[in-house]
Amino acid sequence: MELVCPAGNLPSLKAAVDNGADAVYVGFKDDTNARHFAGLNFTERTFEKAVRYAHDKGRKIFVAINTFPQPSGLDRWQAAVDQAANYGVDALILADMGVLDYASERWPDLRLHLSVQASVTSSEGIAFYQQNFGIRRVVLPRVLSVNQVAQVITDSPVPIEVFGFGSLCVMVEGRCLLSSYATGRSPNTYGACSPASHVRWEETPDGTDTRLNGVLIDHYGEGEKAGYPTLCKGRFQVGEHTFYALEEPTSLNTLSILPKLREIGVAAIKVEGRQRSPAYVARVTSVMRAAIDHCLADPQAYQAKEQWMRKLAGVSEGSTTTLGAYHRPWQ
Amino acid sequence: MMKTMRLSIGPIQYFWERQRVLNFYQQAADSAAEIIYLGEVICSKRRLVKLDDWLAIGKELRQGGKEVILSSLTLLEAASELGALKKLCSNESFMVEANDVAAIQLLSTAGKDFVTGPSVNIYNNRSLQLLARKGLKRWVLPVELGLDTLKDLQAQRPDGVETEVFALGRLPLAYSARCYTARSHNLPKDDCQFKCIDYPDGRLLATQEGQEFLVLNGIQTQSALTHQALEQVPELEALGVDVLRISPQLQGTPQIIEIFDAARKGADLAPLGKELLSLLPLGACNGYLVNQAGMDYDAFEVA
Repeated sequence: MELVCPAGNLPSLKAAVDNGADAVYVGFKDDTNARHFAGLNFTERTFEKAVRYAHDKGRKIFVAINTFPQPSGLDRWQAAVDQAANYGVDALILADMGVLDYASERWPDLRLHLSVQASVTSSEGIAFYQQNFGIRRVVLPRVLSVNQVAQVITDSPVPIEVFGFGSLCVMVEGRCLLSSYATGRSPNTYGACSPASHVRWEETPDGTDTRLNGVLIDHYGEGEKAGYPTLCKGRFQVGEHTFYALEEPTSLNTLSILPKLREIGVAAIKVEGRQRSPAYVARVTSVMRAAIDHCLADPQAYQAKEQWMRKLAGVSEGSTTTLGAYHRPWQ
Repeated sequence: MMKTMRLSIGPIQYFWERQRVLNFYQQAADSAAEIIYLGEVICSKRRLVKLDDWLAIGKELRQGGKEVILSSLTLLEAASELGALKKLCSNESFMVEANDVAAIQLLSTAGKDFVTGPSVNIYNNRSLQLLARKGLKRWVLPVELGLDTLKDLQAQRPDGVETEVFALGRLPLAYSARCYTARSHNLPKDDCQFKCIDYPDGRLLATQEGQEFLVLNGIQTQSALTHQALEQVPELEALGVDVLRISPQLQGTPQIIEIFDAARKGADLAPLGKELLSLLPLGACNGYLVNQAGMDYDAFEVA
């Protein structure tokens, strides 16, 4: 099982490599990738250094170009493909059919991975991208139970990567428009969900309101720690109740099911968090490295160590973690 | 002269009692809509109307002169759902609307023409052209794209491909492994007790200050406001759009179809807009069409 870690800048990339990532994924400094945040991502100059650092240490580097260009933007997405290819990256992580079509035609030898943003959850969907674009790996959306992942792996023509840790999308990726409904900007069109440009924190007489383009996402009482207003993780009213109607602020953590993921044939484990700090990347990468090494050495004896769980909880949303859709009752 | 745009009735998004479904399509048969999409697109556990029933409804509608398309499930998870999709795609009677790439794969490798629904991401011409080579005959513009992008896409549209626009309905915004209607009753999906049948227009989700924001429909999340493109009908026609889609709601769909029928024939839009607003459960939005937040409403100016 390959460990694939995120990097939003050069220090994070070094942290990932130095702490045992087999591969690091990055994006360029624009809306061609799904972590289009201010101050994040790579210019051509830092990208060149990133590729050299990873390759000097014998690790792989992947480039995510995984948003959906509209007609006026397609040239720019294609240029991003060319730039990554020219620097000799190990794979591109793509979502849009038009971009995939371009990349497979222009760079037939370049390894292409299907991004989670392509929203593919079945072997037939995978077959479409494999037959038309020659993709060599698929990242599955976080909507399948472990048994469903196993079924997809059994029938898939290419190896499967799954999310192992990080912020949890509860909607199937690539087909979630909640953010653009509220703000006009979505992961698909803009590369960001619940963008900071539209966030407001307001002190009120009895606490703090968090708003996204004016929409009240949550209200925190005095002494309650206010979280970032990610649209699907606020408290709303449904019927008589006010609660986390979609999902609590929590992160995905698969440490407890690593042997199962290995057994069903998962090829790679992905860590979410290109927008997070180098310290986050270092901590999560080192824990995941240790856990995967333990798991591969002796899957029967493997147990998620208390100290690993504590370390990961410390960098999780709401300081809590979940198995998400992997675990049927969560659904 | 420009061809008059056709009207379609999109698939029912909600879980309705069987008799309600049958009544709905009896009314639809007498409506001005030329195209009718049939089938369960949200949840495979909703089985009050089965594939054979849809085929029977479809045959009747076709005898009455309607074009009938079978719509496929949007989010595939279980192996059994893929099995059901294969059955749907192998039907010999009707064209299929693919709401997931798996359906595109099954249909295109079988050499069958197909339609793509709003949840298939066609954001640029290269994607459109690729799918046209695979057998795409009509596509629905993804709902978050605006008229500027539509214009660019129409300018290079491949021959033989029609364009459909989601013109009226609560917006399909997201799909999840989790059933939110069940969750709102503190139930897991595996023991959902089919709670969504109690919410034939979806279950409202409001902010803590009472803003009507979203609607829960099983594993789907919709907008609480109803997206409507009535004011844009002349512009959509000028852009060469072929079909306007009306998404079913519990009440008022026949009247809504009449309003769009009048609009496409050139009737004065202002009174129609006023009447339309009175038929929407919680008011209108249209921001996506004009490059704003989807929930925004660029209100129609009534002289």
